[in-house]
Amino acid sequence: MREADLVILGAGPAGMAAARTAAEAGLAVVLLDEQPRAGGQIYRDVERAGESRAAILGADYLKGAELVRDLPHPNIRHLTGATAWQVEEGRRVAFTLDGEAELLEGRRLLIATGALERPMPIPGWTLPGVITAGAAQILLKQSGIVCEGAVLAGCGPLLYLVAAQMCRAGTPPLALVETQTFSDGLAALRHIGGALRGWRALAKGLGLLAELRRAGVRRYTAASELAVDGASRAQALRFTAGGRTHCIDCSTVLLHHGVVPNTQVARSIGVPHRWDDAQRAFLPERDLWGRAAGLETVFIAGDGGGIGGAGAAALSGRLAALAIACDLGRLSPGERDRAARPLQAALSRELAVRPFLDRAYPPFAGALLPGDDTLVCRCEEVTAGDIRRYASIGCLGPNQTKAFGRVGMGPCQGRYCGLTVTELLADANGRTQDETGYYRIRPPLKPVTLGELAALAASQSKETTE
Amino acid sequence: MKTASTFRELEPEGARVRVRFSGQDLMLREGGNLAAELLAAGVTPFRRTPVSGAPRAPFCMMGACFDCLVEIDGVTRQACMCEVGAGMEIAMPAAGRDGDA
Repeated sequence: MREADLVILGAGPAGMAAARTAAEAGLAVVLLDEQPRAGGQIYRDVERAGESRAAILGADYLKGAELVRDLPHPNIRHLTGATAWQVEEGRRVAFTLDGEAELLEGRRLLIATGALERPMPIPGWTLPGVITAGAAQILLKQSGIVCEGAVLAGCGPLLYLVAAQMCRAGTPPLALVETQTFSDGLAALRHIGGALRGWRALAKGLGLLAELRRAGVRRYTAASELAVDGASRAQALRFTAGGRTHCIDCSTVLLHHGVVPNTQVARSIGVPHRWDDAQRAFLPERDLWGRAAGLETVFIAGDGGGIGGAGAAALSGRLAALAIACDLGRLSPGERDRAARPLQAALSRELAVRPFLDRAYPPFAGALLPGDDTLVCRCEEVTAGDIRRYASIGCLGPNQTKAFGRVGMGPCQGRYCGLTVTELLADANGRTQDETGYYRIRPPLKPVTLGELAALAASQSKETTE
Repeated sequence: MKTASTFRELEPEGARVRVRFSGQDLMLREGGNLAAELLAAGVTPFRRTPVSGAPRAPFCMMGACFDCLVEIDGVTRQACMCEVGAGMEIAMPAAGRDGDA
């Protein structure tokens, strides 16, 4: 079994920044990541893509290259292509690398597994040709692939960024179909103070909108009743806007209405979570350093602890690393606090714009509580109507839905239905999201083959006999 | 199945290798993300669901949704978590045995 002072799950901005800070404090760090190269989703392949596609992807993406360049350090072992599938006792991680399972034990564990797209169940969202806006970004960053004949649907600043990047790449989207309303914008004005403190983000958004106007991209707002048409693949997006029904022929539909914390690992080890109304998602409970409630050895940094974006993720990663270095005697509490102060101030500036964004671009109501015929669980093909029916015969929580209809028991393990099932049950039963709860997440977090496990048994017995 | 792709490569140059998908020869960029390269080659769907046989293709591209599951040399894998290698034999997972956990 390998050992380390600190094991970090995820090499996105939070994981990379934490690794560097911890290494500089003298900790032996192992950084595990599923991808072949560091960057996470937001900075996917930034070192390779930055050279050829800088003009398309923009300056904020290229910032990630600094974090990647800072990663090589004698105290950091970066294991790429490593899939973690179980965490035990808040410190032992089982993972697969090159077709063999291995164990790794850290004195501290930092979960930096980032965010997932908020599930956006609308009719037809399972058709080939329907992808998340995040997937379109990954195709562009990692593979230099753009979607032709695409419509973007949903809401949030990421849609503007993706649309602008598509224009720069010479494949402008056919239309931008947005679900936020005029009154959402008005309500958001209450948080304009924060938005002005985070003026950089605001200015970037306005710049992107101007870019889309210049490129002549059609925009619809306050859209509702979104549905993708097609038999074997996406052929059109239907929606209602301005009192009329529209239908735009297209070959790709990019969906997005925000991102939510990826809580699979934290939940699997029993970190308590609570519902956050502003982010409309469950967040793990942790202190200001990112330490998980009730779990002395576990920290959570980055979007996995609450959505704050890449800048905030890197800062929260550094803060967690300082606390861990202090835990392990490498920094005194005074040194930790002195180093943390500027980071905390910067984090507060990064987060200032969030209340404005959360209110200006609320999740699409029609996808929070989809119509009865809409598939909610993509894996087991269970509809919203099925879930409501389970509720009508006494189903109170997501774990019971598994017994009723295998919801959340397919290969994705609830990653793309969990929040919708909570919302549907809470609504149908007249209970809060906290009362309704979420799936119990159990290992393996990712599929592991018997062959991979057998390799683990072989290496363990070798260790014992030696 | 292969159709005209709606996913275009901005830099189509680079070494290509032969892989087979459902009995069809494809020339994909070596070392590229397998799901992305299959999309660019016009492959759709990647699989059919075990429950209803509905067609599916990549959705999240980050290893979370499992809709890009394919069978590579006999083992079910997420195409978006694999890199293209010469001579890969890729098949649609047969309905009903596609890595259901």
